[in-house]
Amino acid sequence: MTVSHTLDAHFRAAASAEGLLDVAYDIVDSPLGPLFVATTQAGLCRVAYDATAEQEEERLARHFGLRVLRSPGALDGTRRELDEYFGGGRRSFDLPLDLRLAGEFSRTVLEQVRLVPYGELTTYGGLAAQAGRPRAARAVGTVMNRNPLPIVLPCHRVVGSTGKLVGYAGGLGRKEALLALEGGLLQNRTGP
Amino acid sequence: MTAVTIPPFERFYEAHRDEVLGFLRKRLGSNAAEDAFQETFLRALRGYGRLEHGLQLRAWVFTIASRVAIDELRRARPAGEPPEPATHDTRPAYAEIEHLAGNLPPTERAAVVLRYAYDLPYDDIAAALDSSPEAARQAASAGVRRLRLEELP
Repeated sequence: MTVSHTLDAHFRAAASAEGLLDVAYDIVDSPLGPLFVATTQAGLCRVAYDATAEQEEERLARHFGLRVLRSPGALDGTRRELDEYFGGGRRSFDLPLDLRLAGEFSRTVLEQVRLVPYGELTTYGGLAAQAGRPRAARAVGTVMNRNPLPIVLPCHRVVGSTGKLVGYAGGLGRKEALLALEGGLLQNRTGP
Repeated sequence: MTAVTIPPFERFYEAHRDEVLGFLRKRLGSNAAEDAFQETFLRALRGYGRLEHGLQLRAWVFTIASRVAIDELRRARPAGEPPEPATHDTRPAYAEIEHLAGNLPPTERAAVVLRYAYDLPYDDIAAALDSSPEAARQAASAGVRRLRLEELP
């Protein structure tokens, strides 16, 4: 006996509407491939490229509680803002964020990343200085690599001191694509 | 016994939704089954955070589904019928019998609860326990025997 799509969708919507979920998630289409996006009651807690739903579910359950369910309606706002961003009509995100997947230092650094304006670049070292740890450029790199909310917290705007893109958890191609979308790549990039 | 990890709710839901719907259709018919399905998994969600282990999750959700089905059958009784006497619910609440059966091995406990608290036929208990009706019957009677032994002074 297979549960119909309608019945399944009703249950998933009701679960979220009744506030019974620790985490609601969905898979959202984007020009950079499907994105796994998840939210708690407090706000958006996860954006992931190339995600395996099972692995993400496990991790979210460990951090936020076992009641993790795919519930697309709960991510409507996220989907809309991402669509607007990829359409070029949105320059920053207004969604409430839940940064509990990041540790304390990471959070400090991620708050700084949030302030880097659309289409502009900063460096790992510059960001470390802003976070009050001027010699921690490498640690900042690690934080960027583990950013729980790529795109929304724009770690793609952080590059090496020579302007090299250096790295990106979603792959350098995606970093380049995001910077190209924002028009920040050509003006600011030095060297090939 | 090592603790069995409780999976994220999504895994639990995907693993059991089809069978639970099948069970509810058999008890209630297609239309009522859809509401009961939603109610079953909402109740499961409400209790999910309080589970202590991942043993017998299948029996657990079938237990909830039978409770929902019983509620639905009572509710659907024609309005003209006289109300049942106040003592109608002599069936022990799940919490009580669960406590009583608390020391039984998980399969026996589930079989006892489903048989004597929820009055499920052995076919349904077998479905809940992923075993045969005969094995379900044996588990229930072994559980009851064990309970009787424990009750002796």
